[in-house]
Order: sequence, then C-alpha cells, then structure tokens
Amino acid sequence: MAEIIDMPKLSDTMSVGTLVKWNIKEGQTVAFGDILGEVETDKATMELSCTVPGTILKIYAPAGSQLPVGAPICAIGKKGEAAPEPSAAPAPKAPATAVPAIPEKAEVSCVPAAPASSGSVAAQSDASRAKASPYAKRMAEKAALNVAALAGSGPGGRVVGRDVAAAASAPAVAAPSGPINVAVAPPADGKGIQPDADVPVGGMRQTIARRLLESKVTVPHFYLEVEVDAAPLMAMRESLNKRLAEAGADAIKLSVNDFILKASAEALRRVPAVNASWAGTSIRTHGAVHLSFGVALEDGLVTPVIRDAHAKTLKDIAVEAKSLIGKARSKKLTPNEMSGSTFTVTNLGMYGVTGFFGIINVPNAAILSVGATIKKPVVDAQDRLVIGHRMVIGLSGDHRVVDGANGAQFLQALKQLLEEPALMLI
Amino acid sequence: MAVISYREALRAAMREELKRDDKVVIMGEEVAQFNGAYKVTEGLLKEFGPKRIVDTPISEAGFIGLGIGASMLGIRPVMELMFWSFSYVAFDQIVNNAGNIRYMSGGLINCPIVIRGPANGGTNVGATHSHTPEAILASHPGIKVVCPATPYDAKGLLKAAIRDNDPVYVMENTILYNDKGEVPDEDYIVPLGVADVKREGTDLTIVAHGRAVITSLKAAEILEKEHGVSVEVVDLRSIRPLDEETILASVRKTHRALLVEENKPFCGVDAQVAYLIQSKAFDELDAPIHRVSSIDAPQIYCKRMEDQQLPDVNRVVREALKVLA
Repeated sequence: MAEIIDMPKLSDTMSVGTLVKWNIKEGQTVAFGDILGEVETDKATMELSCTVPGTILKIYAPAGSQLPVGAPICAIGKKGEAAPEPSAAPAPKAPATAVPAIPEKAEVSCVPAAPASSGSVAAQSDASRAKASPYAKRMAEKAALNVAALAGSGPGGRVVGRDVAAAASAPAVAAPSGPINVAVAPPADGKGIQPDADVPVGGMRQTIARRLLESKVTVPHFYLEVEVDAAPLMAMRESLNKRLAEAGADAIKLSVNDFILKASAEALRRVPAVNASWAGTSIRTHGAVHLSFGVALEDGLVTPVIRDAHAKTLKDIAVEAKSLIGKARSKKLTPNEMSGSTFTVTNLGMYGVTGFFGIINVPNAAILSVGATIKKPVVDAQDRLVIGHRMVIGLSGDHRVVDGANGAQFLQALKQLLEEPALMLI
Repeated sequence: MAVISYREALRAAMREELKRDDKVVIMGEEVAQFNGAYKVTEGLLKEFGPKRIVDTPISEAGFIGLGIGASMLGIRPVMELMFWSFSYVAFDQIVNNAGNIRYMSGGLINCPIVIRGPANGGTNVGATHSHTPEAILASHPGIKVVCPATPYDAKGLLKAAIRDNDPVYVMENTILYNDKGEVPDEDYIVPLGVADVKREGTDLTIVAHGRAVITSLKAAEILEKEHGVSVEVVDLRSIRPLDEETILASVRKTHRALLVEENKPFCGVDAQVAYLIQSKAFDELDAPIHRVSSIDAPQIYCKRMEDQQLPDVNRVVREALKVLA
C-alpha cells in the first residue's frame, strides 16, 4: 500500500514550506533514515528524512515549489505499484510519516542562527512558543495566520480566539487592543494621502521585521565611515563599458555596485576577520566569501547571494548579480539563492543618499552601506581646491566578532581597491 | 402539567413505582410511621401498608445490608438515608457488596437497589452531617450515581433508578425539597447517563450538578444582564455514567468552561470533568478551565461562614468573568 508523504509542519508557525531540493528520483529505492530532500521554512532549511522504506513511486512537487503544510510531496510504495492520486485540496495536518532531521542540521545560513548559538535563540523560541490558546492556534492555522504575529488580548497577552477572528475577518479595521495601539485622528479634510488602514503583513515583511529587529536588539552594532575618491572607478567603469559595448549586442554592462561587490570580496580576502560569524561560544571563520546584496522590491527587499565571490572575476560577479536581480524582481529566487551569506552589501547611491549604516544581516559580522557618488570641492595632495567625485561608505560591524581596528583595516583595504580599481582586475 | 415541589416529585416517583411493580419496597429510618424525616415518604404507609413501607432500626450498616440481600433475591428496595453522611457507617455494604456482586458472580446476581436521601451542606448541621459523597461513590465501577437539581429530574431520575438493575444512588438536597417546578402527569423517566442543557448560550459553558445548577442558572442571568455574556449551563444529572458528549459538544460551541459543584474541590467530580475536557477537546479551549467548589475545609458550623463556604452566585459570576478574560 503506497504512502503519500506530505509537506511536514516543521515549526509552530510554519504554514508553507519550500522544497529546496530533492535527493531522490522516481523509481529510486529508499531506506529508513535516508535524506529525501530539503525543506525551507520561515526559519531554517531542514533535511527531510525517510520514515517509509520502499520505492519512490511519484514526486508530486518539483524542487523549488512552495506548498502548504499537508500538501502531498511524494509517494512511496512497492516497486511497480501505481502512484496514488493525491486529493485535490489537502487539509493542513501534522507530519504523520515524514519527520525533520534534528534542528542542528539546519543549514548555517542567513536565517536566524541555529539553536546551538545563543543570542538569537531567545527571540526565536519566543516566536515559536507564542502564548496562545489551543483554540486560537487551531483557528490561526485554518486561516493561515501566524499566531506569533498577533497581539493577544487575553490574560498575560495570550492570543485567544477573538484575536484570531479579528485578524482574519477585518484586517482593515484597527485592532481593538494590543501592545501597539496606534490612535491617530483621520484626515480633517476627509481626503488624506492614503486610507487609514491596518494592512496585513505578508511573509516577506514578517521575515524582515523579525530578523532585523532581532539583529538590532541582539547584535552590538558599531559604525565606521570612510570617504572614497570615486573618480578613478568612474573612469575605469566608463572605459570598460565602452569597450564591452563594442564587443557585441548581448554585452554586459558593469554597474558601480558590481565594482563594489568585487572590491568587497577582495578586501575580505585581505582582512578575513570580517568574514566570520558569532556562534555563541565561538567565532566561526568562513573560508569562502558568499556575498549577499540587497535588492529592493515593491513590497520589501531580498538579499540574494553570490557564492564564492572571492574566486570570481568582476565579469562573473556582474553577470551573476544581474541574473539574481532579475530573479528577485520576478520572485523566482530559491531559498538556496537567498541563504548562506557571509557578508552583505547595500547600496542607496542610486537614490542620491550620501551615506548611511545598514542593520547587520545575521549571522554576518558586518554590512557595507554605499552612498551616492557626488561632486564636491576637495583639497588634493598638492593642497589645491579641486572638484572631487566622492563616495561615502559606511560599515556596521558586530562588535562581538569585529573590533574598530580590523573594521577600519577592512575599510582601508576597500578604499585602496576602489581608488586604484586596476588592482581588482588582477 | 402540574407544578409540584422537588419533595412531591420524589414521592410521586416512589408512589408510581410502588403501584407499577409490587417488588418495590421503601425502607429506612422513620420512613413509615413518622412519614419520613424530611416528609418525602409522607402518606405512603397509609396507602401501601407496612409490608411495602418498612421502618428500620437506626443501623445503616444493618438495614442497607438487608436491602442489598433482598435486592439479590428479586426485591427492588428503595432505601432512604436520613443523610448521605450516614452512608459512611454502611460503606462496606454500599461499595463492596452492592457495587461488586454482579461482577464477582459473573453476572448471575443483580443488585437492583436504590439508595436515596439528602447529600448537601448549607443547612447548619455541622461537619459530620454535610457530606457530598457523589465523587467518592462514583469512583467505583459498578455503581451509578445521580444528582437531580429540579423536580422534573428528581422524579424522572428516581423512576429510572428504581427500574435499573444495578445499584443506583440518588443524592438529593434538603435545600431543594421545597423548590417547585413543572412535572408531567404522565409516566416518564430521565435516562441515567444523559446530561441536560438547562440554558443555551454561546460564550461560556458552565457544567454543574445538583444545587450548583440552580446557582449557576442565577449566575448566568446576571452575566447576561450585567455583562452581556451568553452562558450555557449543562446539568450533568448523572455523575456516573457521565454524559461526556453533551459536555464536549457545549465546550466545542463556547470554547470556555467553568465547572461548578458543591463538593469539596480535591478529587471532586469536576476534577474528572476538567480532565475529560482537556483530553478530548484540548484544541477547542480558548482559556484554562476554572472550577468553583466548596472551600476546602470540613463543613463549617457557623451559618454565615458556611454560606460563604458553598459556591454562591457572586463567586460563580466572578470566576466566570475570569474564564472569559
């Protein structure tokens, strides 16, 4: 008798899972404990181990697909047996036949740190152990709401049925109560610039809210700033792009950001102490530079990752960044393409922002914030007042991992690379 | 439909069963010539004579044993205890013999005895006369226990008890004896093991039995009028067999439960009901289950203090609001 394996519920708050990859093919024989594939939740990527030995009869969900908890993902049975037809609309249910491997196997990625590390654990467990009545939890599951994100009106802030009912039925009406009770008078002229409303928060916004709050309150940020002469970089970019354009119609065009990504990877090679993570009782150093960079979307932002950036040429990086940006805008990024970074670069230069400091993308030890290149008067080496092309770069560092001195050394290396961009090409 | 008292309803049940089945006899202290210590059996001696209505010596162990022996031989005795508190001197008969004989005889011997009488506090009769042993007795497999709260249920449950082939212990309440209610003139029974929704509601389930049902109904009125809360009151009627489904159906509707009983809280009936709800309707609960019971001390003799010891309307309202928080 064939058994249908469902998308397992791997955390209290999980309603949807992404099948990151399959390790198995249809027709393959699997034994108890075999790792069938990987599932990414809102928290971590976990291995899916086999609890039903047999032959993989059918894979219902291809790698990369997002499925609600309880949806059929594959069927296991006797060799030659017909694969059962999964019912059309599976009801979400607890895992019956597939169990996750132990959480310690969660990939070290840009998701909140694995349970072994400290710091973020408290915040994470608070969310998954949200105080809610059993009835409220069941209601929230049915309504596909995250009970941890609701304000509880019961004793001690417990989320009760009425809170879930209010969240599910009337998102446009202000919540009756809660820890954040925003009481603002409506526009006096009755028109205003937008409706007064409580807009329900989607998964990406919740992830941003949770992860950045966790970072800002648990990571001791410190900030360094350096001003770079961007004129040589601009000149080289212009000349390279001109030559590349002559090479053909499908030629690539290098962006300022591509240079900064390349320079960051190179600067991290020179000051590897910044390419590390706080791991609770140890500092984990990373051999590879997996560079993450922010891509703004209409409803939030994502941070795709260029793997092994330390070993890639400027051109490789430019091509890969372009492809990732395209995927990000069409929401085709896989969880794998958004996880596992060791350093992050953000850039608001295109908006004319002259300088800023980003919030560290845990478990990175630092984030680079790039401002616009602007013309302004500068005093040159010969003490003459000249027109300079200046770019302000900020570094937010995790002081548990990085100190002021090695943070400064990193910026020094970066400054040198950007001011003498030919160094990037060797 | 006649409006009669709880006491008259009990008497009517016995009278009808005495008439219907000549195996039915009434026995107990003062039940015949004195017309009953609480006048429940008034007039029965005159109507049915001394062979059917029998005064016994003041010896509970002796006359309950007599009743059990008679019931094994086909008589259907209805034994009156002046107080259920006095059952404690006949405990071996009531629990060991009556409760186990069908099982230990391999089903060859039935024990269709009924023992009835008041089991309540609140009447200023002291610690040794105020016991409510429904939980103690119901904890024994083989024994059935009912606690009527209204004249209708008192008559229907007592008639069902008399017709049942196992020992059924009917716990009455002296404070309810004068309560009046509508009781049908025609023959009816209230089946054992069937609870009754005494009031329908949507926000909170109160589970109660005996006089606590009356207290809870009054509290439900106040909760509706003063707090806008819709309360459902489930009257267990039978402690054992317990009507689990009616309790669970109500909790599935309201998602909140308050359990009220005049028993002492420790190992009370509602400890069992609370366990039932959390084990079979855990995902339906929107708040922890609360209980209101008598304050955990020997029954207090001082009347004003005893009134505070028993669950009263104010305490039920207060606790209900906590469950609804």
